Amino acid sequence: MLTGKRQSAPVQYRPSAELVPQVLGGSTSAVARMITRAEAEYDEAAPALSDLYRHGGRAHIVGITGVPGGGKSTLISALIRDYVAAGHKVAVVAVDPSSPYSGGAILGDRIRMGQAADPSRAFIRSMATRGHLGGLSRATFQAVDVLDAAGYSPILIETVGVGQDEVEIVTAAHTVVVLSPPGLGDDIQAIKAGVMEIADIHAISKADRPEAAATAAAIKAMIALGSDAPRSGWQTQVLTLSATTDKGIAALVEAIDAHRVHLQASGELAPREEAIARTRVLSNINHLIRRRFDDGTQAMSAQLQAVAGRASDPLTAAMRLLGPENTEHRT
Amino acid sequence: MTTQNNSAPAGTTSSAPQRIRVLVAKLGLDGHDRGAKVVARILRDAGMEVIYSGLYKTPAQVVDAAIQEDVDVIGVSLLSGSHGPLFGALCQQLRDKGAGHVLVVAGGVIPEQDYAGLLESGVNAIVPQEARSELIVTTIRDMVAARGPI
Ligand code: B12
Ligand SMILES: Nc1nc2c(ncn2[C@@H]2O[C@H](COP(=O)(O)OP(=O)(O)OP(=O)(O)O)[C@@H](O)[C@H]2O)c(=O)[nH]1
Ligand SMILES: [Mg+2]
Repeated sequence: MLTGKRQSAPVQYRPSAELVPQVLGGSTSAVARMITRAEAEYDEAAPALSDLYRHGGRAHIVGITGVPGGGKSTLISALIRDYVAAGHKVAVVAVDPSSPYSGGAILGDRIRMGQAADPSRAFIRSMATRGHLGGLSRATFQAVDVLDAAGYSPILIETVGVGQDEVEIVTAAHTVVVLSPPGLGDDIQAIKAGVMEIADIHAISKADRPEAAATAAAIKAMIALGSDAPRSGWQTQVLTLSATTDKGIAALVEAIDAHRVHLQASGELAPREEAIARTRVLSNINHLIRRRFDDGTQAMSAQLQAVAGRASDPLTAAMRLLGPENTEHRT
Repeated sequence: MTTQNNSAPAGTTSSAPQRIRVLVAKLGLDGHDRGAKVVARILRDAGMEVIYSGLYKTPAQVVDAAIQEDVDVIGVSLLSGSHGPLFGALCQQLRDKGAGHVLVVAGGVIPEQDYAGLLESGVNAIVPQEARSELIVTTIRDMVAARGPI
């Protein structure tokens, strides 16, 4: 048994600062590389990502979420086709879970999105959660920043198949589409599910199946019952669609655009942007603080032993580690 | 035979875990997809992030996907006997599109007498059909380590 091998030429590492103008110019490979570096969390890439963030803010960001296997990727493939036909440069960030055992992942969304579209008009990137909870990976936000700076719009985010309370998508997107397959939405399920409440648009997938109409009726009834006041005059839309027969796709594109227009016209866009900023700043605070203690400093291990041995407790230990300037209570 | 590239470029240190990304691809009219799926699982279980292309892709489609996904490696599973022209076209596309840094690994049904020609056309490694998972994993890990960060 013989393995054939050939020595490859060494690669020249291009500093991220050099990639910035290329990203701004729309280079596909520079965009792809910056996303890789955001995921890798290279120190060297941080200033470039900050720079790109400041160039963003033009894209309309659409989150597409819902239960596993609901048809998100298949729907996105139909949306890509429509957006490209309408002259948009569309991007997709599709997130799948990392294996908790190996840290590896099989990223299965892309295969459903096909490759019909011209790769210069449609950018698809698969990402793993890399241990991040809440349906999105930490670098998802930064990937969106890079794509935004490169001029892609809309940018569609496909979350991992979420359960009932993973609602982080609402803090990353301007418009949230919750996709539910037929048969899931008996009334009780619909009211319980936290995910259902974050929708700007409800879409019932696989409408080529008979139960779709009943599911749509259940969701409409839930919205009518809903105690939450309608947010800023936007009437949550309920659509049925089938990606396989192409029914309802154009209506969804219209609804997404209507929501975008509504955000601008009603003045709701600014508070949404601030909510996104808030989540991102808090998540960075969390990250920076953890980084100080994760890699087993001496002070950390002393406190851990004290807590394990009941000589201290978790709150006291955390306050000692953080120091008084970081632990004063707000009054 | 691989040399380690120990001088990491400045600023590429990171406290985050680094993941090798692999596009497992099927080229041409080759409908055998069991092996590709098995390899995808093996690589996932070794901690890599794997994207599967699906069946019946052209070399151009695979290279476009590899660039957007910015993978370290394209692993092609080929059992149809058409490896000569398909790998030739794939490696040519990679060079033409400025993606010569992407490593190409071949597996499936590839007779030993064809190895030299494939390596000549730009394939980086050919893994024999009877190889165990360890060999598949170490071949890819060593190649990526030798090439260094992108
Ligand atoms: C099962 C099988 C089929 C199944 C495929 C089912 C499926 N969905 O996959 C069916 C019945 C559909 C089929 C059809 C045909 N087959 Co067939 N098939 C086989 C058979 C018996 C086993 C292949 C297999 O699945 N093995 C199990 C998997 C797990 O093993 P594997 O693919 O080798 O993968 C392992 C390694 O190779 C390696 N590996 C594989 N890919 C990669 C990639 C990378 C990057 C790495 C690192 C490693 C790696 O890791 C894997 C795990 O260990 C082979 C015989 C053989 N010796 O391989 C013939 C064989 C591949 N088939 C053959 C032929 C001719 C055909 C047909 C043309 C027959 C016909 N006349 O209709 C059709 C073509 C269909 C098509 N559209 O392509 C020939 C190919 C001849 C050639 N290359 O010159 C073979 C070799 C049989 C023979 N000895 O003639 N086939
Ligand atoms: N009948 C029918 N099936 C569909 C439709 N859309 C998707 N499917 C099928 O539903 C299954 C899941 O589709 P995906 O698009 O992968 O679903 P997903 O929500 O992206 O799945 P995850 O990413 O794994 O959570 C596939 O078998 C699709 O073929 C549809 O409109 N009609
Ligand atoms: Mg999917």
